[in-house]
Amino acid sequence: MTEEKRYPEKPEKVYYFGTCLMDLLYPEAGLAGMQLIQREGVEVVFPQDQTCCGQPAWNSGYRVEAIRVARRQLDCFNEDYPIVVPSGSCAGMMRHQYPEMFKGNTDELRANTLAGRIFELTEFLVHVLKITLEDLGSPVKVALHTSCAARREMGVATEHEALLKQLSNVEILEQSRKEECCGFGGTFAVKHPAISAEMVSEKANAITATGADTLISGDCGCLMNIAGHLEYQEKQIDSHHIASFIWERTHATER
Amino acid sequence: MQQSAEFHTRVEHALANGQIKASFRSAMDGLMAKRKAAFPDTEALEILRLHGAQIRANSLSKLPELLEQLEMNCHKNGIQVHWAESIEDANNIVLTIMQNHQADLLIKGKSMVSEEMELNQFLEQHGIECIESDLGEYILQLAGEPPSHIVAPAIHKSRQQIAHLFNEKFPDIPYSDDVDRLTRNAREILRKKFYAARVGLSGVNFAVAETGTLCLVENEGNGRMCTTVPPVHIAVTGIEKVVEKLEHIPPLLKLLCRSATGQTITTYFNMITSPRKLGEKDGPEEIHLVLLDNGRSRIYEDDELITTLRCIRCGACMNHCPVYARIGGHAYGSTIPGPIGSILEPQKAGLDKLGDLPTASTLCGACAEVCPVHIPIPKLLNRLRYERTRNDHAGATLGQSSGRTVMEAGTWKGWSWVHSQPRLYRLAMYIITRLRKLLPQRIGPWTQVRKAPHIAPKTLHELALKEGFNDK
Repeated sequence: MTEEKRYPEKPEKVYYFGTCLMDLLYPEAGLAGMQLIQREGVEVVFPQDQTCCGQPAWNSGYRVEAIRVARRQLDCFNEDYPIVVPSGSCAGMMRHQYPEMFKGNTDELRANTLAGRIFELTEFLVHVLKITLEDLGSPVKVALHTSCAARREMGVATEHEALLKQLSNVEILEQSRKEECCGFGGTFAVKHPAISAEMVSEKANAITATGADTLISGDCGCLMNIAGHLEYQEKQIDSHHIASFIWERTHATER
Repeated sequence: MQQSAEFHTRVEHALANGQIKASFRSAMDGLMAKRKAAFPDTEALEILRLHGAQIRANSLSKLPELLEQLEMNCHKNGIQVHWAESIEDANNIVLTIMQNHQADLLIKGKSMVSEEMELNQFLEQHGIECIESDLGEYILQLAGEPPSHIVAPAIHKSRQQIAHLFNEKFPDIPYSDDVDRLTRNAREILRKKFYAARVGLSGVNFAVAETGTLCLVENEGNGRMCTTVPPVHIAVTGIEKVVEKLEHIPPLLKLLCRSATGQTITTYFNMITSPRKLGEKDGPEEIHLVLLDNGRSRIYEDDELITTLRCIRCGACMNHCPVYARIGGHAYGSTIPGPIGSILEPQKAGLDKLGDLPTASTLCGACAEVCPVHIPIPKLLNRLRYERTRNDHAGATLGQSSGRTVMEAGTWKGWSWVHSQPRLYRLAMYIITRLRKLLPQRIGPWTQVRKAPHIAPKTLHELALKEGFNDK
């Protein structure tokens, strides 16, 4: 990414876009992201009318269907608050694809304004909230998988690592080919299952080979893919979204 | 959906072949490391890439004028220019030149455009023998296979396979699997062909409009031999290879060599500006330039898809592609494989023929990250997925809408209907979470290598309400 990033001052309120995968599969991680922001003294608004950013259809070529869903999201975030998204992939969609989607359309301005307010969770915690974390958890070895969208489209791989490095009892173990895709790719995994299977099994092997106890990712798509495969192989590795992992280790009342 | 079945069969075949995966993985690892070492300064690289992108974009923005200028300047230099709208035209032009010189042997340097034309097969039907002189291409010609990589065409073959191939084809030469020995053997065989051929053929890496110069990048010297030893030289290239000025060549050459093989510069770099002049001792007496369209001008018409034509054929996108590294080049079933092939080839051949290629990507972005001329490959893959499934007739891409199925379109319509109505969406998610224990644990191909995802007892929407997070 050659684009220079600008971050706002710490706001009073933020919107939170929970993503459809979190809604159904990882709601506790979604909630953890909201609690991390709230703990820093920022009010988190969760519009109940949000559904999905539209990426599944957009990346499958069904643009009319994607735009219809994306337009509905534009209605949810009308105030000028930053919008925090706990996923590199969905954040990338809303920040970089929305302006493309609505180009030359009556909603172009709304889409561009919204895109400019999108922040991926870890970059928001690091650069806007300048969060400091105190690790209350027991020692653990982790492997971090940064999604391709988080790494390349949003450019937040260092922010993922920076947050984990603040946790004193967490040791990050480097995996081989850590920059390589896990093979999820949305409908790719269904359209080309054999290639996807090959990719996820190599990714899972690289993670297992580190000797990590826990797999962490900032994207639920990758997590569902890699953890699903690790579980299939009956590997004893926990998996966590980065938000729930950080919240659970830094939350004072329990654990 | 016959083509889908064919593509999937080739993929299955490639994945089942351990040697393909091993060959590509290790070769691609090597090429990636070499490229990385050749660009130690990431900021300088980014400046150079932007420069390269700007040069190529500029050339394409003036493509018709530059092609006319190229033709005029080549003509001044004594190079004969031929325009070919289709591969049939291009093949016939080459055939006519061969026949005019009563030539029955063509010695060829590496040219992906000649692969696109299937020139060898065409000329052989007319009784003309073609000999590939690039070592990798020669090996493949012996094996009867197409290239699997645009820079390293025989990368899928092991040294032992090549040794056996030589032994089978040339039983008189003692068997050896020593690389130097094999190369020497090929060189001896090819040397005689260079002397015998009356016509040599090459590709073109860049054609400079302002000077009428054809640039040729190569490592083996066979390109120079093909373009200087036979009395006639035919250069074949796509119309998009034109660049405006001579000063544009150094940055593009730097990007090309370093991105492709990590070399600072290739062993040979040829700039061909005219046939042999009076009093000169070497060089061909005649040079022909064949400029092939074959669908390129249609790609040129689209403001977004035109970026496809910026490509300088370095192969870095395939070297870095996690899909290509696993299935290899042949599985794509197109002249050019990998990410660039997946956007270029379906536009040329039609989405009805190669429409699977744009779907065979996770859109991970590794290709765009290394492309020396900033082709937004994932964006174009996405665009072609749209062209393939769109339901109107407003597009200009060949084979538009050919991949739209009632089943898939219906699924996305239903998805869109639910996700654009928040109350309905919340109700649907409420029901799914409550019925989660009744849902199937086997979901198509997903659960062939994975456990089904665990649906939560309550949605995030519900948790947010319960925990008192405001809606506005």
